[in-house]
Parts: sequence; C-alpha cells; structure tokens
Amino acid sequence: MAAVTVENITKRYGDTVALDGVSFEVEPGELFGIIGPDGAGKTSLFRIIATLILADSGTATVLGFDVVKDYKELRKRIGYMPGRFSLYQDMTVEENLAFFASVFGTTIEANYHLVEGIYKFLEPFKKRRAGKLSGGMKQKLALCCALIHKPDILYLDEPTTGVDPVSRKEFWEMLKQLQQEGITIIVSTPYMDEANLCDRIALIQEGRFMQIDTPQRIRSGYSALLWVVRTNRMHSLLNDVRAFPGVDYGYAFGETHHFVAGEGFDPEGLKRYLRDLGHGDIVLYPGEATIEDCYMLLAKQ
Amino acid sequence: MVIKYLLEKEWKQLFRHKFMPKLVIFFPLMIMIFMPWATTLDIRDINTAIVDHDVTETSRRFTRTINASSYFLLQDVVSGYDEAIDMMEFGDADLIIEIPTGFEQEYAETGTANILVAINTVNTTKGVLGRAYIQMLAAQFPPAVDNTSAVAVPAPKMELLVKNMYNPLLDYKYTMIPGLMVVVILLLCGFMPVANVVQEKELGTIEQINVTPVSKFSFILAKLIPYWIIGLLAMTLSVLLAWLIYGLTPAGSLWTIYFFTMLFILTMSGMGLVISNNSSTMQQATFVMLFFVMIFLLMCGLFTPVRSMPDWAQYIASVTPTLYMVDAMRNIYLKGSGLADLTTDWVALVIMTVVLNVWAILSYRKSS
Repeated sequence: MAAVTVENITKRYGDTVALDGVSFEVEPGELFGIIGPDGAGKTSLFRIIATLILADSGTATVLGFDVVKDYKELRKRIGYMPGRFSLYQDMTVEENLAFFASVFGTTIEANYHLVEGIYKFLEPFKKRRAGKLSGGMKQKLALCCALIHKPDILYLDEPTTGVDPVSRKEFWEMLKQLQQEGITIIVSTPYMDEANLCDRIALIQEGRFMQIDTPQRIRSGYSALLWVVRTNRMHSLLNDVRAFPGVDYGYAFGETHHFVAGEGFDPEGLKRYLRDLGHGDIVLYPGEATIEDCYMLLAKQ
Repeated sequence: MVIKYLLEKEWKQLFRHKFMPKLVIFFPLMIMIFMPWATTLDIRDINTAIVDHDVTETSRRFTRTINASSYFLLQDVVSGYDEAIDMMEFGDADLIIEIPTGFEQEYAETGTANILVAINTVNTTKGVLGRAYIQMLAAQFPPAVDNTSAVAVPAPKMELLVKNMYNPLLDYKYTMIPGLMVVVILLLCGFMPVANVVQEKELGTIEQINVTPVSKFSFILAKLIPYWIIGLLAMTLSVLLAWLIYGLTPAGSLWTIYFFTMLFILTMSGMGLVISNNSSTMQQATFVMLFFVMIFLLMCGLFTPVRSMPDWAQYIASVTPTLYMVDAMRNIYLKGSGLADLTTDWVALVIMTVVLNVWAILSYRKSS
C-alpha cells in the first residue's frame, strides 16, 4: 500500500488556482521531492496532506487515513516542518523540543535516538532561546521538533531555503539517515540540484504536476537539443544567442548559458555569428540535460 | 493531560515577556493611585474676577464671602467690566461677578439686589456648577447689620435638609473607585488574550500546533486560563489598594465582587476571541478591540450618567458589558447590594458571556 495517495486535488484561493487536479503516490520509505518555483502550489499541497486546510475537490489518503475524516489519527503520525520557522522564539531549544514531545504524549528521552544525530549540533545551545539561533540551527531545531514524536511520515516544506550551502548538504545527509530509519519523507525545494538526491521527484508548475519519475529517468527522457555556450562577454551573449535563427530559447545556467535549438541549427554558423558580434573565447558544445533543463523544457511545452 | 503542558508553556512565555508581568502589577497601581484624583467631577477653585462698582461695606463683604469659599479662587478685583472680560479672554478668569452701583443701598432697603454673573461655559460642567455654587452663596448671604431702629421682617424661607445616602461625605473618589476597578479588568483582560492568540497566528506558530493532536479547544483554553487568573489577581490588588490608600472597603460581600469579576472576565475574553478569530494581524486585532473599549468606557455610565444620554445612546449603552459591571461594582461597594439586588446586572452579563463565547466557538470552527 502506498504511504500517500493523492487523487485529483484542486485548491483555489478566489480566482487563483493553487492546485489544479494533482494526483500522485508516494511509496513507504521513499524520499519524494516536489520541485518547483515559488508560488507553484507546493505549500498548499503540503497543507492539505498535513490536514491543515481542506481541498476544494479530490481525495488524499496518508498512511491509510483519509486527511479529512481521520485527521485526528493522522496528526499523531505526521511530522511537519513548515517553510517558515514556526517554533516558539521565546522558549529555549530544550523547552521547544520538550514541549513538542509532551503534546504528542511522549518525551525527549523516548525518541532521542531519532534526533540524536541532529541534536548533537544543538546540544551546546540548548539553553539558548530559539529566536536567537542562526538560520541553519533553526532548521535543525525545527527538524528535531518535527521528529521527536517518531512520525511515520515527514513533510518538509522548503527546508533548505535561506540556508548556506554547507548546512544544506548536512541537512540532506540527515534526511538520508532518517530514510534509513524507515521514515517516508516528502520534501519540497526550489533548488533543482537537490532534486537528484531524491528517489523520485515531481516537477510542479502553476498547480500542475508536469512529470513524476526518478531524477535519472527524467534526465534521460530529455527530448530536445541542448547546447551550452560560454564567451568572454556573458552579459550580452544570451540576447545575441536568442536572436540567432534556429534557437528556440535560452537561459542562464551557472557560469554558462544553456539554449535549446531546433532541427536546422548550425553550430558553426552560430560561432561565426558571435565572432562577428565581437565575442571571443567562444566555447560551444552539446549539453547533458540536468533536472533544471528538463524543468525548463516541460515548462515551455 | 495535554492542557497541563500547554498551560506550563503559556506561563513560561508570559513571565519571560519583557513587560507583561510588570503590566499586571503596574496597571492596577497606576489606575488606583492616580485615576481617582484625576477623574473627579468635583469643581473647585474657579478663577474669579470681581468688578465692584459699589465699593461699600456690603459689596466688600460679598467679595470676602466669595474669596472664603473653596469653590472660587479670587484672582483680582478690577474696576471695569471690560477689564474683567479681557481676563476671561486670556484665560485668567472663568467667572466674572459685577456688583452694580447702589448695591448696598438697594439690598438694605428691599432685601434684594442684582448682581451680574458671567461664566465661561467652554467647559459646560464648570459653568453649570459655578452658577449653582454662586446661587447658593448668594442665597445664604446675610443682610447688612442694621444699626437703625427699624426691625427687618424676615422673609419666609424654605430650608432643605439633605441626607447623602451611601456616600455620606459626597466623596467623588468613592464613586469612581469601584468603576475604575472595572477599567483595570477591561484593559487587562480585553487586550492581552486577543494579542496573545493573534500573535501565534502572526508568527506562524499556530501551524506547528495545528499538526499536533492538540485540540483547538484545549489550545484556546490554555491561552485564556492565565488571563482569568490575572484578572482575579488584578481585582484583588485593586480592592486592597482601595482599602490601603482611600480606606474604602466594600459594603457588600467580596464574593459578590469576585462573582461579577469572573463573569466580566469571561465576557471580555469571549469577545476577545471573536475579534482574534476574525483578525490575521496583531495590529488589526488591537485596533478593533480599542474601538470597542473606547465605546465601553465612554458609554458605560462611569463618567456620565447613562440616563442623561439621548434614547438612542441609551440603547447602545445597554449592550455594553461595562454598564452592568460598573453599576454592580458601585452598588456592591457603596450600597452593599447582594446578588438578589443585582439580578439585572448579572443576568445581562451571563447573557453576554454565553452569546460571545458561543459566537467565538462558532467563528473559530469556521476559520479553521
């Protein structure tokens, strides 16, 4: 049986459609990623499967419990970490953790093994008020508090937004460890590079799931011709490339630009064209699609 | 019990707050020490200018009578009315008494004489009371000592024997203190729980609570209980202060006071919940509450009698919980009324408590 089954969920806020007929399944023990930009509907989806808001239509079942009918049972088994830091800033690290353990009818000691790996970072600051912690520390504390009642499933809404790269890496290592404990994890992120760390991902745009698959299969299923270009005049390069015949669209990608070209594209012609426009050190080669490229392609279709 | 942990959390947060605990002590102190003196409607020391055209023994005696009274503060005796008007325009005098020429003679001959009185009525209360005081003084002004042989026939006089019931010394402070205790509770229990509930919404902490098995009912209850206790403590402190500072003790029973206090706190916290359920920010909630608190304060009969308001205003006043609470407190304190005497008051408060709290529960369900 799937850990999460979502069927045709729709949610509107006035005229804005946040979720438009979303369906997916998450297997037990899976690390499932929901990838998409801000405003794509990720948080609304989390709030529905966390029993916080009601969908306008469609059904959702988590761990065999209906999110509407059995919300009371479900709340004992869910760990939810909202995108915004939602712990009590005027209580200490230790008090927050003890409080969230007690409202679930358990204690820190009973489930210490689950949070030990994360809590050891926080131990030196346990008398400090949560509001005075650094961003990375806040995330760790929030994760501890979401885990302290030993949930069967964990929802993490953009846990790494606003966190430095080192802490982000640490955070994902922790998630992998938690997965070893048998906890099903659903995580959302706007960072495409984090998608590769998930077992399966769903690419979401404007309230619709465009594709759900493993990161590898999504990348290998890339159907367009992707090119990577770099010159010594990067700031004007993107517009120059976009103006060249046969180029469909292009976008900045790290230190290079990626662009997608149609059938009749002539690479040598582009090089000559760029040279004529005054570009030097031209590097042009066919690229291997990343999740971000796949997202861009799907978003264009 | 989950509620125990929730209460523990609320107390912790409350005492950790920068000024909340101080406010609970400071507020009753401030109101009980200063406000009875400030909210008095007794008018004293009306600045007075006298224009004496007569300049006789009788007119000087009248001037001395005015000067001796604590109601008037004689600023100057001037020679012309214009000069006195100038004083009023500059704010140096609020009352002008003009004694005409021939005052003494007329008074001696006929027993009556005219005096012109001009009063600044920008402050109506001051004007009305000033006139009443001067009328009183004039009525008691004894005729000139007559050294001639003629015996004056005393005019028939009606004398009023006034007995001040319940507040024998007519001390304005005694009227205000029980009402001010209501203000203490109104401000503490009206604003603080609203702010607390909305704060959890604003900070997003309510999200984290909502995904736990904690029921909304126990969550809200844990938020309100501390303020119920604070309200009762503040009332106790106010009663003690009234006794220590003003020697005022309730003529009625303390239990009646606590019964009414509890009812009033429940009314206010129910109302606070209705407001907080319908607000998403602290600013919004406090402004709405402020709006109602202003109406509750000004229309409840604490400062001005409700019966002298126009009919429509009396209808509005009749739905303010403060009206019943102030009335009950004054009667318990000064008249010694018990529950049986105050049926209207407590029945009204019970109705408001039930209506507001049911409304709070219903609106809470809706917003979730």
